[in-house]
Amino acid sequence: MSDTHAQTVPFVRDTMLPQANPPTTEAGAVRWMRENLLSGPLNVILTLLAIAAIYWVVQGMLPWLLASVWNAGSIAECRQIIADAGRESGACWAVIRERWPQFLFGFYPNHLYWRPVTALLLLFVALAPVLFSKAPRQLLWFSAIYPGLAFWLLWGGSVFVPVVALLGLALGWAAFHFGQRISPLAGVVAAILLPVLWWLFLAGPVAEDLGNLLPRSMPWWMEEVRSDKFGGFVLALTIGVSGIALSLPLGIVLALGRQSDMFLIKSLSVCFIEFIRGVPLITLLFTASLLLNYFLPPGTTFDIILRVIIMVTLFAAAYIAEVIRGGLAALPRGQYEAADALGLDYFRAQRLIILPQALKISIPGIVSTFIGMFKDTTLVVFVGLLDPLKGITDAVRASPDWKGIYWEPYIFVGAIFFIFNFSMSRYSMYLERKLKTDHR
Amino acid sequence: MTETIARAIDRSHMQVSDEVAIQIVQMNKWYGTFHVLRDINMTVNRGERIVICGPSGSGKSTLIRCINRLEEHQAGQIVVDGTELTSDLKNIDKVRSEVGMVFQHFNLFPHLTILENCTLAPIWVRKTPKKEAEEIAMHYLRKVKIPEQANKYPGQLSGGQQQRVAIARSLCMKPRIMLFDEPTSALDPEMIKEVLDTMIELAEEGMTMLCVTHEMGFAQAVANRVIFMDQGQIVEQNEPREFFNNPKSERTKLFLSQILGH
Ligand SMILES: Nc1ncnc2c1ncn2[C@@H]1O[C@H](COP(=O)(O)OP(=O)(O)OP(=O)(O)O)[C@@H](O)[C@H]1O
Ligand SMILES: [Mg+2]
Repeated sequence: MSDTHAQTVPFVRDTMLPQANPPTTEAGAVRWMRENLLSGPLNVILTLLAIAAIYWVVQGMLPWLLASVWNAGSIAECRQIIADAGRESGACWAVIRERWPQFLFGFYPNHLYWRPVTALLLLFVALAPVLFSKAPRQLLWFSAIYPGLAFWLLWGGSVFVPVVALLGLALGWAAFHFGQRISPLAGVVAAILLPVLWWLFLAGPVAEDLGNLLPRSMPWWMEEVRSDKFGGFVLALTIGVSGIALSLPLGIVLALGRQSDMFLIKSLSVCFIEFIRGVPLITLLFTASLLLNYFLPPGTTFDIILRVIIMVTLFAAAYIAEVIRGGLAALPRGQYEAADALGLDYFRAQRLIILPQALKISIPGIVSTFIGMFKDTTLVVFVGLLDPLKGITDAVRASPDWKGIYWEPYIFVGAIFFIFNFSMSRYSMYLERKLKTDHR
Repeated sequence: MTETIARAIDRSHMQVSDEVAIQIVQMNKWYGTFHVLRDINMTVNRGERIVICGPSGSGKSTLIRCINRLEEHQAGQIVVDGTELTSDLKNIDKVRSEVGMVFQHFNLFPHLTILENCTLAPIWVRKTPKKEAEEIAMHYLRKVKIPEQANKYPGQLSGGQQQRVAIARSLCMKPRIMLFDEPTSALDPEMIKEVLDTMIELAEEGMTMLCVTHEMGFAQAVANRVIFMDQGQIVEQNEPREFFNNPKSERTKLFLSQILGH
């Protein structure tokens, strides 16, 4: 080296070095273990502790799981089989095998199971164009009518109830469209006022008259299922999916309201958010089940599931509003200024510039809120609805056959919740990756 | 100082007409109780290229931001292209769609591609059909010499390229007046030149320009008037040669000695 150094000053490489493999200690499993498990004494200790913890959990669970019994008519039979096999304890999955329809459908009539199942399958079709940009855009039309279709499938009755309800939305859209020609504010006011008036005064009679005109048979009428038959995951998904779909737009409106310069709108949003967030969800659910009756005109029967959906939506919307406010606050002021300087009005600036970015930042928080809300649907047990976790499990345990069963239903229900929530979490990560355009 | 502008300027289209583009009369502005702009009077004719300079905090940004109402003035009058700026939203939108603005930190929309950045306002404000808007955008992107970046995102471009996109984005609205707020002061020296070149070309085409900048080379080469501001007031204005060689007020002399001194 030293003598080259003396004469290196003008140096030109004439042959390029080929790529060489790294030494074995720098590649493969050995390297991975050294870097991730055994780099330094502290890491070695932590690795050992972690292994011990895993061992402790597995040795506690494994024998129980290995002694699983799938075929038995009652818990007594189950225990007998386990004892006969010479085991101390074992999992009695037979309860799930026998009672799974109840966990999934509650007391929904057996011969109508196809309806919630169809609604769930169609939900994926309706979600596809919303969630994945590769799905055909025409499907969005299906997404638009899906809420009405799902309502009809789940509750049955006259097809005109959801049709008339959807008409209200169409009315709102048309009002917005034409109102905008007068002024943006007129558009918004008309879009809110007209549908509300429609729903309050006209929708009911119109649906009833149309229903009476036509025969009570298939394309116009399906067997009715009352809300008290709902239970299990049909109930949890009905509330959860509606809550998610409704709370996002409401949360956006509240977040923008809270940022507004208009004093009244700002104060209303702040009061609403702070009140709803400051009160436990159970309080709101009790309010839904008891108090709403006092506010509604006497004689109106207002479905309990619908009431719960409204309360869950309001609750989630308050949290989502705060999450989105965080996203809005994270945007540099320059984005607003550039949008203004280009002549975009408030609504366009929000829709095209501000919200896409703020929502992108808020994805993790929004999805957390959704996951939390979906799990909170189990709280409806307190207003007498049969949630999958406690409502149905208690109902199952109330039968003499399965009295005393404990872990298995909870594990089963927990696992299904986990599947839904984990999918949501993975989807949000996919979305974040897809929307990452800032190349930081 | 002048080394950033290394070429001859074509002045054949740089004509100042008699038509008034911007008229500001006795304009005052406060931030809370802080009197940031005081008795501003100023007339800009069509085709003028005005450079505004002054120490930090003197109100330069505030002044040009008042011209497209990013800031509200509390007294006096601002008339842009015959439209007075009041709280009437219609007037504000009209002025904004005719006045382009370029910011110190570019303020491109990071979630949109370069092309989408450029077509957004024409499509949504001018109601230009998408296809046509894209053609216009490509025209201006070619003009600022980065048509090949059209489908990238702002985060993938250098600072100088981003600022040129920002200029193209404003030009896509076919503005009659362009405002620049320190367009080069967030850039490295080698990128300053490419942005200044773009601005010079714009001036050569006869664009009415108001430019807050400390690039005195640019001012000498392109401006027909230099305005010096201090403490929220216009202290001195003159054509560039007189302004630089023969400043009248003590404040101007001090300021010039500070920025030209080294
Ligand atoms: N939003 C605001 N609220 C209160 N004071 C402000 C606000 N924006 C600017 N100011 C103050 O107004 C004065 C003028 O600010 P301005 O940004 O116009 O200065 P400038 O001449 O552009 O300075 P610079 O060269 O640093 O950009 C400064 O003293 C500043 O602190
Ligand atoms: Mg400034």
